[in-house]
Amino acid sequence: MDMRKKLRRFHQARWDEPIIFELSSKGERGILVPRAEKGIEAVVEDGISKLPGKIRRKTPPNLPELSQMQVLKHYLRLSQENLGADFNVDIGQGTCTMKYSPKVNEQFVRSPKVSALHPLQDPSTVQGILEILYKTDLFMREISGMDRFSFQPASGSQAILAMASIVKAYHASRGDSGQRDEVITTIFSHPSDAAAPAVLGYKIITIDHDESGLPDLKAMKKAVSKRTAAFFATNPEDTGIFNPKIDEFTKIVHQQGGLCAYDQANANGLLGLTRAREAGFDTCFFNLHKTFSSPHGCGGPGCGAMGVTKELSEFLPVPVVRFDGKSYVLDYDVPLSIGKVRSFYGGVPAVLRAYAWIMSLGSEGLREVARVAILNNNYLLKKVKEIPGASAPYAEGQRRIEQVRYSWEPMTQDTGVTTEDVTCRMADFGLHMWSSHHPFIVPQPFTLEPTESYAKAELDEYVAALRQISDEAHLLPEIVKTAPHQSVTHRPRSINLDHPDKWAVTWRAYLKKCEKNLRRRIV
Amino acid sequence: MARRRSGVHPYIPNSVPEVQEEMLREIGAGNIEELYATIPERLRLKREMNLPKPLLSEVELKKHVEAVLSRNETCREYLSFLGGGCWQHDVPAVCDEINQRSEFLTAYAGEPFEDHGRFQALFEYESLMGELLDMDVVNVPTYDGAQAASTSIRMASRITGRSHILVSETLSPDKLLVIRNYCQSDLNIEPVTRCPMTGRVDLKDLKRKVSGRTAAVYFENPSYLGCVEDQGKKISDLIHRAGGLSVVGVDPISLGVMAPPSHYGADIVCGDIQPLGIHMHFGGGHGGFIATRDEERFVREYPSRLFGIEETAVEGEYGFGDVLYERTSFADRDKSKEFVGTAAALWGITAAVYLSLMGPKGMQEIGKTIMQKSQYAAKRLSEIHGLSLVFPEAVFFKEFVVDFNKTGKSVKSINAALLREKIFGGVDLSGQFPEMGQAALFCITEIHTKEDIDRLAESLKKSLDRSSKTRVVKKGR
Repeated sequence: MDMRKKLRRFHQARWDEPIIFELSSKGERGILVPRAEKGIEAVVEDGISKLPGKIRRKTPPNLPELSQMQVLKHYLRLSQENLGADFNVDIGQGTCTMKYSPKVNEQFVRSPKVSALHPLQDPSTVQGILEILYKTDLFMREISGMDRFSFQPASGSQAILAMASIVKAYHASRGDSGQRDEVITTIFSHPSDAAAPAVLGYKIITIDHDESGLPDLKAMKKAVSKRTAAFFATNPEDTGIFNPKIDEFTKIVHQQGGLCAYDQANANGLLGLTRAREAGFDTCFFNLHKTFSSPHGCGGPGCGAMGVTKELSEFLPVPVVRFDGKSYVLDYDVPLSIGKVRSFYGGVPAVLRAYAWIMSLGSEGLREVARVAILNNNYLLKKVKEIPGASAPYAEGQRRIEQVRYSWEPMTQDTGVTTEDVTCRMADFGLHMWSSHHPFIVPQPFTLEPTESYAKAELDEYVAALRQISDEAHLLPEIVKTAPHQSVTHRPRSINLDHPDKWAVTWRAYLKKCEKNLRRRIV
Repeated sequence: MARRRSGVHPYIPNSVPEVQEEMLREIGAGNIEELYATIPERLRLKREMNLPKPLLSEVELKKHVEAVLSRNETCREYLSFLGGGCWQHDVPAVCDEINQRSEFLTAYAGEPFEDHGRFQALFEYESLMGELLDMDVVNVPTYDGAQAASTSIRMASRITGRSHILVSETLSPDKLLVIRNYCQSDLNIEPVTRCPMTGRVDLKDLKRKVSGRTAAVYFENPSYLGCVEDQGKKISDLIHRAGGLSVVGVDPISLGVMAPPSHYGADIVCGDIQPLGIHMHFGGGHGGFIATRDEERFVREYPSRLFGIEETAVEGEYGFGDVLYERTSFADRDKSKEFVGTAAALWGITAAVYLSLMGPKGMQEIGKTIMQKSQYAAKRLSEIHGLSLVFPEAVFFKEFVVDFNKTGKSVKSINAALLREKIFGGVDLSGQFPEMGQAALFCITEIHTKEDIDRLAESLKKSLDRSSKTRVVKKGR
């Protein structure tokens, strides 16, 4: 590493690894399976003859055949061709809260004391894990100001669906569901705040932002009516600007009889500083795989811990965990329950990790997480704004909370180098930079969220790479436009993915399309 | 001046006061509070949160968490016959080795070049599942089998433009709750009855209910109650003639020996991947798959990510990307197909490792072993005085329902007696299917030995004998 420039002479692993089907060698075995004992065979014979002919598989599945070490090696190589948060300064996936997932918590969830539990065991045999679920509920209540939590939603999006289901059940219980067919959200809230309530039939009204980058209060006042079932929003939104009038938004909705649902998937800058209850929300959720340190696993499994006020707790999905003074019980007696949104009790390992993480920090520690996340973000903001061609639209001169949506627009205007180009080039320094969710309201966007997990030196390294790329864009734009050069593969083309006769979601579909000359066989 | 906090925390590098001061100087702020001055006073939490005192050292944390978890009794310490949507299969060591890798465990949503490994592993997952299911399109996993069924049903509704859905009444009541909630706004879900002796779909009832407004029939094979459905072709033909789709839920571990639903007319196939190398995790080990033929009208209706193989700027190099990204809620918010986000990718990678290890032979052998052992267990249990099978003419795969009504005892009390012998008995169905009276769903997999099954039979016999004696004594009083 060039310590003066803070830049790494990086090259990611490039194994040029074939698709697993290409590695197949007839007759090899990756693992052997136990056979039924002689005593069993004597009684039931081969067992499969019982299957009527039409339901028996005629030819074995065309799976690849590899020995064990060869399977291991293949997937280890693929793992090396992936850039996890444990490797890079993972502050470039803004809104995703890529923080440290403590290794000791991995030991806890991998213990058979958790992994070998069946969800339908007698409750007397799972008091330990039920205690974790119950106590984490208590912690979440305190952190949010809500009155009860459910860990059943498997993700933030599923938590939004669960909140929308509760909104629907609440209005139905008051004989008021007919006219309440609208959900209001904001353009800088997560796309699922619009998409998940729409699955339940809600008409979605999206509030635009005003010139300050905050949701437009005037537009909000106009949108809210007796048809409003609920308001779904994040705060701060993807811009990282805290909406100081958030309680006014929730008040307007309540005045018209609607509910307020808080998307706190990412609450990393708010822990111990401000809560859903004080802002007037009736329900909220935390992504335990974001704010509460459970790892993201390439996109799950996670957990959307959903909280509600007392008034809404009779609508929670079943079962809920209760403590009867002596032991923990799974209670299915929730009179107006929405039923279920996921099997059993949700992403239990994520809950255990969150529990251990909170226990390792306590109240002061959680607040320190938020404070340092804010400190890191504003330090980064200062540094990024000094880079030629980078800007931070909206709220000029204002501090931000935990993240910022930046723009390369000035640089693109000057050099033609785009956000996509920079994303590609960042990989050459072992780093990642995410643009943003669609639509690209901020032109040439990129969203950074440094969380509390990265050291000042790491933030400096990230900034140094951005600065280097800005320099290159102004002097040698070709380097950026043809990047990545030192990543696993090169810039993806997009010639097959949107064409039915060319796309291939499986290896077999790919081979068929190659045979039919609809596609060119790679390699 | 930065306010000095009580201590430096190992998870928070910039909790060091001197570093905070240096950063604040750079920002041009006097303290950290200034940085969040936009949060109005009236919204502030002005007290400590009421949380336990932190366990700052790893030693203390381990002691505490391990003590709490030690109150669990596991399916390794007890002999378990629980199934019903979550199953105890063997998890090969290589599966755990791969899914604990930092590169996979701590990654999220990197680009196709720097996260090439994730894209390729999940493309391989789709491809391996495609072989198992004999279908050309499989999604990146959704949350679980219940979500996969719900989305499959909504896809069928969008494809056909119809809203009437027929579902087999042998579905897990919990799964039905998920489906009903997910489809509540616009779909009409109607159950189809089962044959009393075989547990299969009652074709007469199905015929009566299928009409030109039916979008889909959804049934499972094997069903939640364990029974194999061998009328798949007839069911698919029936719904196809009415212009609807055949949607089938399937246990993927059965597909080495059982025909995949695509062979009997299924248009959309779904299920849960937990049996494929994923621990039970108290219900946390689930992931859902949805498979279809490679037809545009199907592919366009998926809400999920679909990773496709693609070329890169360099000749001969595999790359990957999202097929029809514009379908998804990432691109099109409320105008999209349902929604997509974090779901169960790591379990998808794990299932890919599992299927690669097993190969065609492994899947055939495990199917055969499970069928042999479960048939042996069913035979042993139904030989016990007072016990019989609820579906005596059914063929089953790994689960079967035992009728306890003639014992005069509740499943609850029998399971309590088994528990004292360190055995988790079958899932109590008395609340879920009250018409069966006292009945329990037993699950046998490749991990059970003959000795385990014999021990279950002996313990059951003992508990029934003991309880009948107790009853006699009580009568004598």
